[in-house]
Amino acid sequence: MALLAKKFDLAKRVKLAQGLWLLYWLSVMAGILIFSTGIFFKIELRKRSEMMDNNESHFVPNLLILVGLVACGLNTFGGKVCHDSLDTMKFNKWKPMLKSYMIGCGFFCIVLFVTALLCLLMQISLHFALAEGLKNGMKYYKDTDTPGRCFMKRTLDMTQIEFRCCGNNNYKDWFEIQWISNRYLDFSNDEIKDRVQSNVEGKFLMDSVPFSCCNPGSPRPCIQHHLNNNSAHYDYDHHTEDLNIWTKGCRDALLSYYGGMMNSIGAFVLMFILMEALVTIGIKYLSTALETMADPDNPESESEGYLLEKSIKETFSDIMTKIKAPFKGNQVEEGDAEAAPT
Amino acid sequence: IRSYYAAKAIIQESKNTSPKLLMRAFCPSLATNRDKLAQVLWVLNWVSVITGITLFSLGLFLKVEIEKRREVMSKEIDSVPNMLISVGLTACAINFLGGIICNDCVDTSKFLRWKLLMLPYIICTFFFTFCILLGALMCYIMRSDLEESLFWGLREAMLYYKDTDMPGRCYIKRTMDMLQMQFQCCGNGGYRDWFHIHSLPNELVIFRRLRSNVEGKYLIDGVPFSCCGLYSPRPCIQHHITNNSAHYNYDYQTEELNLNLRGCRQALLEYYTQIMHSIGLIVLVIWLFEVSVLIGVRYLQTAMENVLRQGDPDCESDGWLLENSIADTARYNFNIIKNLGKCYQVDDDPNIDVPSTSQQTQENVPIKQIPVAR
Repeated sequence: MALLAKKFDLAKRVKLAQGLWLLYWLSVMAGILIFSTGIFFKIELRKRSEMMDNNESHFVPNLLILVGLVACGLNTFGGKVCHDSLDTMKFNKWKPMLKSYMIGCGFFCIVLFVTALLCLLMQISLHFALAEGLKNGMKYYKDTDTPGRCFMKRTLDMTQIEFRCCGNNNYKDWFEIQWISNRYLDFSNDEIKDRVQSNVEGKFLMDSVPFSCCNPGSPRPCIQHHLNNNSAHYDYDHHTEDLNIWTKGCRDALLSYYGGMMNSIGAFVLMFILMEALVTIGIKYLSTALETMADPDNPESESEGYLLEKSIKETFSDIMTKIKAPFKGNQVEEGDAEAAPT
Repeated sequence: IRSYYAAKAIIQESKNTSPKLLMRAFCPSLATNRDKLAQVLWVLNWVSVITGITLFSLGLFLKVEIEKRREVMSKEIDSVPNMLISVGLTACAINFLGGIICNDCVDTSKFLRWKLLMLPYIICTFFFTFCILLGALMCYIMRSDLEESLFWGLREAMLYYKDTDMPGRCYIKRTMDMLQMQFQCCGNGGYRDWFHIHSLPNELVIFRRLRSNVEGKYLIDGVPFSCCGLYSPRPCIQHHITNNSAHYNYDYQTEELNLNLRGCRQALLEYYTQIMHSIGLIVLVIWLFEVSVLIGVRYLQTAMENVLRQGDPDCESDGWLLENSIADTARYNFNIIKNLGKCYQVDDDPNIDVPSTSQQTQENVPIKQIPVAR
């Protein structure tokens, strides 16, 4: 008994072939879209790789690019098969490849599912990469004269302005780092000397932040220095002031930016899986409908299309016997060999 | 109307001998030249509809860009975007009509529908192409208007920078800060403009010591944080800029990277000039395209009219741009316009045999005086 069998006459077969051809071309375009989102994602990661210490994993965007290309290829082939399906001669060319093609499509759906899962899980690895990268970035903020790190200040300033954030977890991270280079500190000044000597590691720490932490929406001119000292500024209370500087940390800001991107890519890939499954089922119906034609030479003959030749249980047991057959063959021979000498 | 026919009759006589402007013969064949021209023009008209939509969207884009920074402009610069938008919409409509006409020109019977409309349509389109050219030129001359508007607008914005508690002006600070950060500029002409502005709110000034007090304003040599240069190797110095001793290892005359040196007026002007130059270039290309489509339609119109005049749709017909040379056509049209206001004059009508006036009066007199002879 065939699974989900359906009767097909010529008109229905033609409609199925045409509809499937259209779906295949839509899938090709979706494949191109996945390819381009992979490239876009890779570029976005590259742009901010300095914030991630240059060791972020590019596995997911590379996988997306590969998956997009494979999807294009598979679906173009499927479209060609559908286009040729109504011409018996051309279809016979493709008939032997169809079974392996459909199994290949099944595997591809599994790969797509794994890709979507990885997209959604990558946020965890990104979290750690960003935490480490931002910590180092802030440490090297002042090293504008060290080759290899001279642009860290500019990158970090631009990131803080663009993403409206300050520091790693929040703005207080800047209080624990010396972000003013020694070149610009006057060590003949007593105040500065005291501050440096009172610190265990000899760092010059202040309760101030760089200018890029300033919030343009603040009603008063930006207060960047002596943030914890209420008496240093008129009418200022650092406990209640929330518009002066950005309070959000850059790690959270960057994570939510990349997280949104990855969530949408993952959702799109999941929808693409549905589409792939649909076209695979469609082509299975089409190929079985064409194979089971009552009279192969008469295109108008009726035929029956099905999903599986037997029911699911029978098909599964068939597959298991096929897999076990090579091993069983050896046992029978050994038994014969044992029986023979006796 | 009579004078029109008089003029036309005079010119009809010389028609066969004078050369027509840019005449082309349309020879018959299985796919006639006329039909091919009509089909090509149909496609080109549809392409022109798309270019009309492009014009419209360019105008819309420019309008949005100007609106985004409306707060730093003293007066509205809406002539150029509005012109582009209206020209774009009109181009769509005209070319849509042109497409329908050209589609119908393939069939002589359908052409009769449009016969009377075609010449006015061509004349209208001809004048419309001048509008497109005007739109392109306006893009290039808008610059001086814009510069003045930006100068006064930025000056005002900087004056109201501190008024974050006054309704209507509370967002000027944020707009100005975002502008200076985005375009990496400072002040109107340079960062020194901020020195002349009283940029701290009044309450904050009360407990400060005044160093130089001019007109009751507290003037400081400081700039807002948004003027800070991103490429500076040292943390930003925004207060006591002209005082070298206030900062270690600092000389304000040689320091170039600390603050943004460019003025915001110049930065915005360059930005808008770039946009408008590219828009102007695109509009010029569209103008050339429209003119070529117009020439094609004119050829088609004259060819179809000649077909109708000759009566046989399959025969050869001539198509031209102008029936006579430019000078003759101009004189002809000028005569029509001159005589539009005049009434019918017997003297001007060549169809009526008018004897000389002296002969006329002599004849009249004897007629009256002839008695009945006996």
